[in-house]
Amino acid sequence: MKTSGTLNTTANLQDSDTVYEALINAHEGLSDKDSAKLNAKLILFLINHIGDKQVILEAIDKSNSQSA
Amino acid sequence: MSFEGIPVYKEKAYFKATKLDGAAAKHHPFVVVGSGPIGLAMALFMARKGHQVTIVTAFDFIPAGSKGICYSKEALDIFDDLGIGERIVEKGVIWNVGKVFWGDSSDPVYQFDMLPVKDQKNPGFVNIQQYYVEDYLVDALEAMENVQIRWGHKVSGIDVSENGSTLTITTRDGDYQMASDYVLACDGSKSTIRDLMGLDFEGRIFEDSFLIADVKFKQSRPSERWFWFDPPFNQGRTALLHKQPDDIWRLDFQLGWDVDRDAAIKPENMAPYIRGLLGEDIEYEEDWVSVYTFQCRRMANFVHGQVIFAGDAAHQVSPFGARGANSGLPDVQNLAWKLDLVLRGTAPKGLLASYDVERTQGADENILNSSRSTDFITPKSENSTVFRDAVLELAGEYEFARPLVNSGRLSAPTPYHHSPLSTPDRDEFAVGPKPGQVCVDAPICQNGEYGWLLDNLDDGFTLLHFGQNPPQTNLQILELSDAGLAGERYGAGTTYLVRPDKIVAARWANASENDVKQAHNRAISDAGA
Repeated sequence: MKTSGTLNTTANLQDSDTVYEALINAHEGLSDKDSAKLNAKLILFLINHIGDKQVILEAIDKSNSQSA
Repeated sequence: MSFEGIPVYKEKAYFKATKLDGAAAKHHPFVVVGSGPIGLAMALFMARKGHQVTIVTAFDFIPAGSKGICYSKEALDIFDDLGIGERIVEKGVIWNVGKVFWGDSSDPVYQFDMLPVKDQKNPGFVNIQQYYVEDYLVDALEAMENVQIRWGHKVSGIDVSENGSTLTITTRDGDYQMASDYVLACDGSKSTIRDLMGLDFEGRIFEDSFLIADVKFKQSRPSERWFWFDPPFNQGRTALLHKQPDDIWRLDFQLGWDVDRDAAIKPENMAPYIRGLLGEDIEYEEDWVSVYTFQCRRMANFVHGQVIFAGDAAHQVSPFGARGANSGLPDVQNLAWKLDLVLRGTAPKGLLASYDVERTQGADENILNSSRSTDFITPKSENSTVFRDAVLELAGEYEFARPLVNSGRLSAPTPYHHSPLSTPDRDEFAVGPKPGQVCVDAPICQNGEYGWLLDNLDDGFTLLHFGQNPPQTNLQILELSDAGLAGERYGAGTTYLVRPDKIVAARWANASENDVKQAHNRAISDAGA
């Protein structure tokens, strides 16, 4: 596992509108509980894929508006 | 049979205080307080090093109740140093594999191996009732002429000065005073000495309670640690199953906070849990039941002048991970060799400061791991529960999620990063234990005899050398061929300076006599300087 990277905060995704739409559609018709679980699984898949502790910790930090 | 509500495993003869006469006023270089596994191990270490040892304990019996049942490989290696390791392994139930189940599925979502490096003398874990461990330690102590166990002698006061303490001891024959240079407080989580001295014991309380039901039944099941999240017999909560000797099994059920303890241990209330786990048709008898809650906390410092704390008296964790006795034993192994050298005058008093540095680090690691496990087992918020359940759902299908399943990270030795006693590496190493880490075991062959590397290390410092031409040294030297498994694990041609607690103090690819001398001096130096 890499531990040394920094979080990429510049645009890095092609056809981002399609991806965003897929994200919203996935939650359609789900209860709050199921939505929360979907989000949790998605986060777990992605942090494993990223596999860089520093990047993930930085993203957690930046996502927490209270810490901004 | 019981004493003030504590069930008794084996009675011990009260030590008549009237026998002490003039000797009561005798000055002791050190006294061990407490007769749990940690106090007894501390006493046995010092006795084996040739010191006159006095233990005072409020009990005049070994308590019954299985209590701490899981002993780690590190603990077993320490018991080997004390000469009782093989007896414990022979009586105990060996296990290496842990399985985690979720819901009603009979397939584990995750499983782990507690002995990833094979070909070592001791297994990953042995389960054995705590009273057997205490009994074996007492047997070994009672066989020695230089040991006095004062059963039924309760510490009721302590007057601490710079160079020693005066203890007030209460017995059924009245009180007496006892002067001692060092006091080794191994008197458990409710430490009397800590309370009498008004010392801190801060940490985190977890709002949950658990039912231990140790039951006896005959059924063939594998010797593995089985842990359930949300099983049908304890929905929304957890359960744990462990095998012990004598057909006794540890069943542990999460109950939640705010439970009626007395009601929880009524046989009719426990039966649905036990039957749910074991099956309806199993005949069982109760051996020991208990409801527990826990805290994760430690004293800010374990060394207070010449009063030194070890084991549960100094630190406490949740039981998930078996980090209680398994961290108390390395405490006293660490403390004993340092105190031995200080009392002999071959090391400065300040060497004892390194006990504080190293073992508070050990306690922090245990508290960290234990708190993380508890947060997974008892999620503190809805969101935390969502993540926990997401991990469990994914773990069935996807390999990446399995290491996230946390039913207790079981006790492993703490590496002492940045220990003041360690000499940092000068040479490049691809393999082998680093300075501050415990030596890895390996099968060895010495003069045609097969044995184990750890068994062949000296009780003092050992210079461990692989290959030809070891450096000149006054220390005990263990020369091994670099062709075998041991050489593979440590590196061909290397030299390791190993402390009496089997921690690497320094290592070299090409050591000189002077390197060894300097590293040895550093390993017995004043750590408070």
